[in-house]
Amino acid sequence: MHMADALLSPAVGGTLWAASAGTIAYCSSKVRKDIDDSKIPLMGVLGAFIFAAQMINFSIPVTGSSGHLGGGLILTILLGPYAAFLTIASVLVVQALFFADGGLLALGCNIFNLGFFPAFIASPFIYKKIIGNRPTATKISVASVLAAIAGLQMGALSVVLETVSSGISSLPFSTFVAMMLPIHLAIGIVEGLVTASVVSFVYKARPEIMNSALEARPIGNHPVRNIAAVFLAVTVVTGGFVSRFASNNPDGLEWSITKVTGLEELKAPEQGLHVALNALQERIAFLPGYSFRKPDQKTKIEASKPETAPTDQIKQTEQKADDQKNPVATGIAGLVGGTISLGLALLIGYILKRKHRTE
Amino acid sequence: MSHHIVEVKNLRHVYPDGTAALKDVSFIITHGESVGIIGANGAGKSTLLQHLNGCLEPSSGAIHIGHTPLSKGTLPDIRRTIGMVFQDPDDQLFMPTVFDDVAFGPLNLGYTPADVEQRVTDVLELVGAGHLRDKPPYHLSGGEKKRVAIATVLSMSPDILVMDEPTNGLDPFARRQLMKLLRDFKHTRIFTSHDLDMVLELCERVIVLHEGEVWADGPALEIFNNDKLLAECRLEKPFSMQGCPVCRKQKQDIFSESQE
Amino acid sequence: MASIQNAVLDLKNLDLLANGNSAIHRLDARAKVLITLVFILCVVSNNRYELTTLLPFFIFPVVMISLADLPPLFILRKIILLCPFVVAVGIFNPVFDQVILLQIGPLGISGGWISFASILVRSILTVGAAFILVGVTGFTAVCQALERLGMPQVFAVQLLFLYRYIFVLTEESGRASRARELRSCGKKGQGIGSYSSMVGHLLLRTWQRAERIHMAMLARGFTGEFHASRQSRFGASEIRFVLAWSTLFIFLRLQNVSQLLGSLITGLFP
Ligand SMILES: Nc1ncnc2c1ncn2[C@@H]1O[C@H](COP(=O)(O)OP(=O)(O)OP(=O)(O)O)[C@@H](O)[C@H]1O
Ligand SMILES: [Mg+2]
Repeated sequence: MHMADALLSPAVGGTLWAASAGTIAYCSSKVRKDIDDSKIPLMGVLGAFIFAAQMINFSIPVTGSSGHLGGGLILTILLGPYAAFLTIASVLVVQALFFADGGLLALGCNIFNLGFFPAFIASPFIYKKIIGNRPTATKISVASVLAAIAGLQMGALSVVLETVSSGISSLPFSTFVAMMLPIHLAIGIVEGLVTASVVSFVYKARPEIMNSALEARPIGNHPVRNIAAVFLAVTVVTGGFVSRFASNNPDGLEWSITKVTGLEELKAPEQGLHVALNALQERIAFLPGYSFRKPDQKTKIEASKPETAPTDQIKQTEQKADDQKNPVATGIAGLVGGTISLGLALLIGYILKRKHRTE
Repeated sequence: MSHHIVEVKNLRHVYPDGTAALKDVSFIITHGESVGIIGANGAGKSTLLQHLNGCLEPSSGAIHIGHTPLSKGTLPDIRRTIGMVFQDPDDQLFMPTVFDDVAFGPLNLGYTPADVEQRVTDVLELVGAGHLRDKPPYHLSGGEKKRVAIATVLSMSPDILVMDEPTNGLDPFARRQLMKLLRDFKHTRIFTSHDLDMVLELCERVIVLHEGEVWADGPALEIFNNDKLLAECRLEKPFSMQGCPVCRKQKQDIFSESQE
Repeated sequence: MASIQNAVLDLKNLDLLANGNSAIHRLDARAKVLITLVFILCVVSNNRYELTTLLPFFIFPVVMISLADLPPLFILRKIILLCPFVVAVGIFNPVFDQVILLQIGPLGISGGWISFASILVRSILTVGAAFILVGVTGFTAVCQALERLGMPQVFAVQLLFLYRYIFVLTEESGRASRARELRSCGKKGQGIGSYSSMVGHLLLRTWQRAERIHMAMLARGFTGEFHASRQSRFGASEIRFVLAWSTLFIFLRLQNVSQLLGSLITGLFP
């Protein structure tokens, strides 16, 4: 359930990037200050272990499928929330760069969905509350399963919210939730059981590992609560701000660019270009005679989305009317041009490569 | 610390699970000596070496390096003096490239970047790994890893070189190369090995460990000629001292047949 | 299991590409990281029905691949293994969004299909950009660049550790699970019982390895600080690289070049 760049709007992606980056910075300073240096190689190597462990499957009876270890919960149990959050984040960075799991913009979302909930919610408020100070096999099993389910449900819900608020996918919220949550309930139960069995094994073999992890962080300690609060605040503020301008202006980037550079400077060369192209077109157009008004990209957006910025309302209604006259023109010109630009890109690539070879 | 004497007194080590890996180990190694520590699997060799630079803490007993007792306060200095090559090079090579790895120690010692560059280049040439300089460690073969691991330690110009099974996994040529390197190293050398021929060739002195105790300590030739001792400690003579092993084996077979 | 082993092999291959020595490879990693981020932002900030504006963005991956001499088929193959989640979610767009947006002769194309196609193109562009970044920079350099751009050192360092030991540990666990497979007849012995003790053992071994690594670090004078050994410079060529590409991306983002080109050819122009 990795979130992906292709489903994200920059506003949502950016917000979660900021939030995850902030949490990483906070956790790093925590690790620096509170934990001895031996944790640093340990974190890295355990991250690699999570990769490696996912190579090993076990068969789930009856269903005929197989399962493997998830990462978040077991890392939190072994390393405590701060170190675990960093480790999960780094596993996701490697996955994003090498396995196309998600993407670079979606990394913020993925770190949040798969790291924040197990490390800062499920583990301190569920797992630790249940096992208390004297873990037993039963307690470990119950706690792991419940914590894994809770962590994954929150993560799945968060994927849905991110996707829906990005507005790239058309899946309605309710349908998406109805699909995601049951699947992740099943995944959660399996992950919980696996985590419980591995944790029990480690507890039997080297109780000191688990005890030190337990002792180091008293249950429900304040830093965890603080970080949850800070995180929420950051998300609400940035999210609120970003989504306000994003909904007023369907094109967040465009909005910020005009804001930064001033609209006029950008418009002027465009006009010049239009004139030049117009002259050129008269000579080379091989389908002359269809001199429609050029419906530009902006108009098309507005045609599909009723809400527009109030300032140039009138102008747009005109354009919309124009646009509706010749949707074919818009479509065909765009598609032909798109194909040509793709071809051009490949051609340039080919030429560069040839040049490179001959050098 | 001019003399770099290594003194181990009544060293005992018990692992957290209750295994007494070292029971009562004492010896003194003086400056410039080359000492081989041999013994069966699980005899406690690696455990002993890890005590020499404070990776493990003694359960009882003490270690002095050049008359300085090994303790928390003196550790940084002592670690600078002792260069330690671990048994598994994968544990030792943790940086992104060979260069970075070899530079790790010198940088920690506070050398200038230019100085570090020079050292790394020299040391990599010395172990015959100059061409591996920009490779990441996971793209190296076992023997290459071993050589680079040795370079990481040599780059810190230690006064005492401690190695756990240095020739393990090397091809015959690399083994020869390494033995030459060790012979040229002018300071104290301490290493463990199951390669008894190498021990015989490089060490004047051998310490035999058996089940966590020093079973023998003396000149290499003397020890390798003591058949009873070797058998007790699950060791045998180096091949070079066995004459022609093939003819000998045939003789033994005939001998045992005629006895039946 | 085989698939993960392949994935690790792929990972090695991708990382090896970074050993190349083209002008692009030689640029400071920060420039490449920055421009990749600008690229992705420009791509994903397009409206959901935008398909034609996205196509000109292919100029970036294509030019980078040719300049850096990356194997195009290898990259393409990796991109085709697109994140299944994207396809799974995107395929619902045609179901829920059936308003006809484009009419080509008798063929009406609904907004859902257009946005689904747009999602696929976005995916190819963004995923491709990430692969190309690694291919022309290498994981280590990406990490170091991020660190110099402000990522906390603790995080950067343990990322490098993670990457370093992926190779060691996947081999180890590959061996362990092969051994288990060989000794278990069919499905028997592949259950959770043997699984958890095997994974548990691996975990404990990993833990011990981390302890040994820490020892090896201490033995070489580690005191908690990591020192950077080599510094590359963000010089004129980096500035040129970043400025040129980001100008192009922003231009492509604001100006529908496909539309312009198309109207030039078809004459559908004001
Ligand atoms: N971390 C540990 N915890 C518990 N026992 C250990 C640990 N490490 C080693 N031992 C035990 O201590 C004893 C000595 O181990 P050591 O590694 O020193 O042997 P060695 O002489 O180096 O063997 P080899 O030749 O196989 O490398 C062995 O019995 C081993 O089982
Ligand atoms: Mg050993």
